[in-house]
Amino acid sequence: MASLDDLKKRIASVKSTQKITKAMKMVAAAKLRRAQESAEKGRPYSEKMNNVILNLSNGISDKENAPKLLSGTGQEKTYLCVVMTSDRGLCGGFNSNIIKKAKSYFAKILDEGKELKIITVGSKGNDQLKRVYGDKIIENISFKESKNANYFDADKVGKMVIEKFEAGEFDVCTIFYNQFKNVITQIPQAQQIIPLNNEGEENSSEESYEFEPDEDEILSNLLPKNISTQIFKAMLENSASEQGSRMSAMDNATRNAGEMVDKLTIEYNRSRQAAITKELIEIISGAESL
Amino acid sequence: MSEEFKVEIVNPEKSFLVKDDVSEVVVPAFEGEMGILKDHISIISFLKPGIIKILSKSGDENYYVEDGIVEFKNNNLSILTSTIFNLADMDKSKQQDLLKQAEEEANKTDINDQSKYLADQKVEVLKTLN
Repeated sequence: MASLDDLKKRIASVKSTQKITKAMKMVAAAKLRRAQESAEKGRPYSEKMNNVILNLSNGISDKENAPKLLSGTGQEKTYLCVVMTSDRGLCGGFNSNIIKKAKSYFAKILDEGKELKIITVGSKGNDQLKRVYGDKIIENISFKESKNANYFDADKVGKMVIEKFEAGEFDVCTIFYNQFKNVITQIPQAQQIIPLNNEGEENSSEESYEFEPDEDEILSNLLPKNISTQIFKAMLENSASEQGSRMSAMDNATRNAGEMVDKLTIEYNRSRQAAITKELIEIISGAESL
Repeated sequence: MSEEFKVEIVNPEKSFLVKDDVSEVVVPAFEGEMGILKDHISIISFLKPGIIKILSKSGDENYYVEDGIVEFKNNNLSILTSTIFNLADMDKSKQQDLLKQAEEEANKTDINDQSKYLADQKVEVLKTLN
């Protein structure tokens, strides 16, 4: 059995850990509100963008010559995966969930004998992936210095993806991120952005649009923008998810620390009492023997 | 019957402006300025750097945009843009900053014709503001 002094030290250390997790929870809660707000505010833009593109691609006259970003390169040999994670840990299963989702996708691609390339956004994802897929990672980006997700950063990633696409480095691009549902639930998502996957959400608006200039030109201008927008959306969702995940993880940690302190306190009190009883017995039996 | 329609401007960060008593909007479309009134035919076009004028009962507003897409459908005008400033909030120093950036961009030699054209447009528009 641990000595009284040891127990006392352990109680103190657990208590100070609890203080830290509690503080982290508070910070995450405050940040979450802001991140959630901006994720919700960012949704109309990406939705509208999607709508416009949907209308455009429905109205496009010459499907054969559609821009490659929309229709694909015609082959599916090389897959590019953009895995978006956080730069900081201590946020529960946030990063591992994305990685898990990504890894199962990677395995599927490699099983089919296709080529895989990975871009990691956020250092945590890079740390976890480089052990197994180190040779596949072609780029690692992290935005440690920017405080909030901003469009400028997303645009940088988007431009890089497009550059690589135009250089013919890959055929299909998928982004991985966590979609924010609520504080406890974040859903890891795999979203294909190149070629644009519109199947299943075909809304049959037969309304004809007037285009100025023509469809092709608008589309070829719009599609690169859409990629940045989708990446930006993923970044916003990710930052809200990260804070939410961290908040619930820290909440759990605080509660567990509380339980541990209770248990240790009981043990401490018991052994204190045992020590007193032992001393009393010694004194009494000493007196009796006289 | 009213002659008003709804306009919504969104940028990636948020819904920038929603107004539903607008009588006319003039947007700097890629192939020239375009005025949009109620019951305009459905149209999709994109923007070059310029000034968006919004005319409504509650007063006129002017915005400076650098790029974007406009979509008009069922008397709903959506403007998607990544860079937008309200001219009323824009002071001289901000203008100068933007102008300087645009000029730098226009003077680059390694850009293609289209981005060169857009940068020139920016410079032109910003100069007229001063």
